[in-house]
Amino acid sequence: MATTTYTGGQKQNYLNWKTTLASWLFTLDHKRIAILYLVSISIFFLLGGLAAGVVRAELATPKGDLLTSDVYNKMFSAHGIIMIFLFLIPSIPAVFGNFLLPLMIGARDVAFPRLNLLSWYVFMAGAACILIAILRGGIDTGWTFYTPYSSSFAKGEVSLAIVGIFLTGFSSIFTGINFLVTIHKMRAPGMTWFRLPLFVWAMYATSLIQVLGTPVVAITLLLVAVERTFRIGIFDPSLGGDPILFQHLFWFYSHPAVYIMILPAMGVISEVISAFSKRRVFGYHFVAFSSLAIAIIGFLVWGHHMYTSGQSMYAGIVFSFLTWIVAIPSAIKTFNWMATIWKGRVHWDTPMLYALGFMGLFVIGGLTGLHLAALATNVHLTDTYFVVAHFHYVMVGGAIMGYLAALHFWWPKMTGRMYPEGWGKLAALLVFVGFNLTFFPQFLLGYMGMPRRYHSYPEEWAVLNLLSTAGSTVLGLGYLLPVIYLTWSLKYGTVVTERNPWGARGLEWELVDTPPDPHNFERTPIVTRPAYDYNHPEEPTGFVPKPRPVVVGGKDG
Amino acid sequence: MAGHSGESHVHPVSLYTRTLWWLMALLVLTVVAGYIPNIPNWLGVVIALTIAVWKATIVIMNFMHVRFSGKLAWLFAGAGFFWLVIMLAFAFADYVSRPWEPFHGWPE
Repeated sequence: MATTTYTGGQKQNYLNWKTTLASWLFTLDHKRIAILYLVSISIFFLLGGLAAGVVRAELATPKGDLLTSDVYNKMFSAHGIIMIFLFLIPSIPAVFGNFLLPLMIGARDVAFPRLNLLSWYVFMAGAACILIAILRGGIDTGWTFYTPYSSSFAKGEVSLAIVGIFLTGFSSIFTGINFLVTIHKMRAPGMTWFRLPLFVWAMYATSLIQVLGTPVVAITLLLVAVERTFRIGIFDPSLGGDPILFQHLFWFYSHPAVYIMILPAMGVISEVISAFSKRRVFGYHFVAFSSLAIAIIGFLVWGHHMYTSGQSMYAGIVFSFLTWIVAIPSAIKTFNWMATIWKGRVHWDTPMLYALGFMGLFVIGGLTGLHLAALATNVHLTDTYFVVAHFHYVMVGGAIMGYLAALHFWWPKMTGRMYPEGWGKLAALLVFVGFNLTFFPQFLLGYMGMPRRYHSYPEEWAVLNLLSTAGSTVLGLGYLLPVIYLTWSLKYGTVVTERNPWGARGLEWELVDTPPDPHNFERTPIVTRPAYDYNHPEEPTGFVPKPRPVVVGGKDG
Repeated sequence: MAGHSGESHVHPVSLYTRTLWWLMALLVLTVVAGYIPNIPNWLGVVIALTIAVWKATIVIMNFMHVRFSGKLAWLFAGAGFFWLVIMLAFAFADYVSRPWEPFHGWPE
């Protein structure tokens, strides 16, 4: 390594010890790989958001006066595909999982640093395929790629997009394997399973889903590409295939994928609520095991996406029952977070505002999920805007609120700079208000029967749609603000030199420099206290042992 | 460290060539089984899946080194198979139970 350009004056950290482009593109440091992901997915988030803006602009008026129906199909497909496969799935795991996991468990790096870098390159190759497919004519199947839309009737670049999703899927598998091995094998001495921060438990559960589920969707989409290319009958009835088989295979992964998006956010919320309430997470063990329960039960509920597809009603009854059960571990988490805040010394900083926003929106998203889990109401609500609203309350209100909470909470640790708190609070407020204004009217529209995926609609739904579009502009502003002030803070933000600006508990706050040293810890730390031990502020969670004195001229000398 | 998974193993090339020949033989068997005349559909499926599981097992054991790994690796490999069984069982349950429905389509 001959490119060390770090100069004196400032303490060595992972950002300044090498500064060439090559040192970033070939880095094996989990923290730098996290930053690579952060930059990439932020760009994809803006692209996906732009597509959503165009969709909402079209729906501002009843007539399809801005886009043709074909272009509209391609626009909402681009929005869904970019947001889900290029932003939501990698967001918290690839950025904050990569950055924090080794710091939280007291490790030098992840178990397989080269695999970690490879996962980013594979992700970027997949993203390139998807973006090229969108630019070369687009995809009009929706993000679900249902057959026969994707096999017999698609007009766009479906095969290339499928190759892209196949690649991003393998990137996700690489990350999952890496985290599982890291958590099993690289915990510091004293870091027992029940001393792990709950973010690590959430990442463990997420990684299980990534490893066990992602291969299925990757192969399923590859089978669509095989059918399209070689005319081998798998899902196309005219070739002897079955389109409902696609839905089984697709949702076997894609429902648990919802938990890939939400579980890490739940882990973030546990960290933030504990840090800003200055209390140990209430019912730690229950919250930890509820992550595993969600990951496991989440694999048994996929048929609730298929009640009206032609699936047997007996299968529907079983899937409906199991779907109601998966609400239990989610409720356990929510009640325990509320109990953590209760009688806590609550600090209303920006990350906490996002965490509270998460709780409110996720509860609405979760409870409206029960309307969709019930067979009878599902028949009425299937393929309406009620589904769109529910999904966004969980994915945007949940996962993105969690992502923004994490971004603000760990920003000073990652960058050594603090963002302007007032702007942070304003953005959190705008996101919360804008979000509800955008998506709550969609529950009403869906209940009234407005179907999803149409670019025009009857006049009687105009007011609610206009409200929704107005809300989306507020929401867009709420998202744009952090992009501006976080970027601004990199150069002009208050310099943070103390390790623990929030007074939080955890190895990453108590033992790691701000920004972290390239090697994380001077030596392997020893953990002596449970996680979130706010009752004993004088006792650190762990310590870095002093080096043994070198004995010269001794027996072995 | 669970088991001895942290150690590195050196395996004779013959292990891999033997595995490859087994896979080739099972491929031939799959094709031959596909041409057996007059067997019921369900039996054909059972034969094909049995050969597929056989192939997957020797790949996992030999190429992926699970047979030389600790209990944790066995647990995860087993979980992979168990998840596959969940997927197949629930999906097949849908297909099997469709004819049990009291009516098909809307009643007149």
